[in-house]
Amino acid sequence: MSRHVIITGASRGIGAAIAQHFIDLGDKVVGMSRSGTTPQGCVKSFAVDVSNSTSVNEAVKASIEEFGPVEVCVVNAGVTRDGLAMRMTDEQWREVMATDLDGAFYTARATMASMVRNRQGSIIFIGSISPFIGVPGQANYGAAKAGLVGLARSLAQEVASRSITVNVVAPGLIETDMTSDLGPAKDQMMAMIPMGRIGQPSDIAGVVGFLASNHARYITGAVIASDGGLALGH
Amino acid sequence: MDRNEALAKLTDNVVEVLAVDPSAVTMEANFFDDLGADSLDLVELVMALEETFNVEVGEDELKDISTVGAAFELIYAKL
Repeated sequence: MSRHVIITGASRGIGAAIAQHFIDLGDKVVGMSRSGTTPQGCVKSFAVDVSNSTSVNEAVKASIEEFGPVEVCVVNAGVTRDGLAMRMTDEQWREVMATDLDGAFYTARATMASMVRNRQGSIIFIGSISPFIGVPGQANYGAAKAGLVGLARSLAQEVASRSITVNVVAPGLIETDMTSDLGPAKDQMMAMIPMGRIGQPSDIAGVVGFLASNHARYITGAVIASDGGLALGH
Repeated sequence: MDRNEALAKLTDNVVEVLAVDPSAVTMEANFFDDLGADSLDLVELVMALEETFNVEVGEDELKDISTVGAAFELIYAKL
């Protein structure tokens, strides 16, 4: 299809799977990550610190100069720094907010103007079901990911008249590096998943691909969980 | 840049961003009532003007821009 697709946090896990999904469709995928390494097949890779708006703006600007208006923006970069709130440090709180929420805003803001001018586009935030069920030890992550829903819905209202959709995909427990060090909590969560299995990054990539496709042009401001039923009813 | 040159550039921007006929872009023309713009159009126009004239327009200045003339004076004063 050859759309200009920007994906943050594209080096591994869910971001890499999303990048692969669009690469397989023939899109021009620009990967951004802290290290600058992104999956093979990306037309360009940028080393970006999403918590730094200058870093984001420069990379997006360069990408637009080379590949034209951004048609799909997948805001995926995120980190966890789990710990019980009573013992959570300012740094643990700030680091997660800076990457997961500030970074999401900076990325969306940087890509929006070209979409508005182009009268089309899809912005997809990778959220989490964490804020819907309440996960102990994730006060920072839960707050940041809940924030994405408010952010997405405001943006959805602002740009709907330009045929730009803004949605959130909320993964449940997905097999990635991020969830590999959950320890016993992982088994506890596994037991709560109605479908009885952990999700794969491709389970998220498929939903993102759908939201970016022509099948989903009338969906905006939605939050779609892909979680094997873990957050059912929330 | 003299006023005529600046006005011509501004008019070009308005024509392109709002997709209106150049003849409609008079100093008195109201962006919303006469040129059919919405708030997003105005933001888009201001971003284009910032780029064209290499100036910065603050958020608090946006509310003063109702007519083409107002936009022009705001930008021209910054040159």
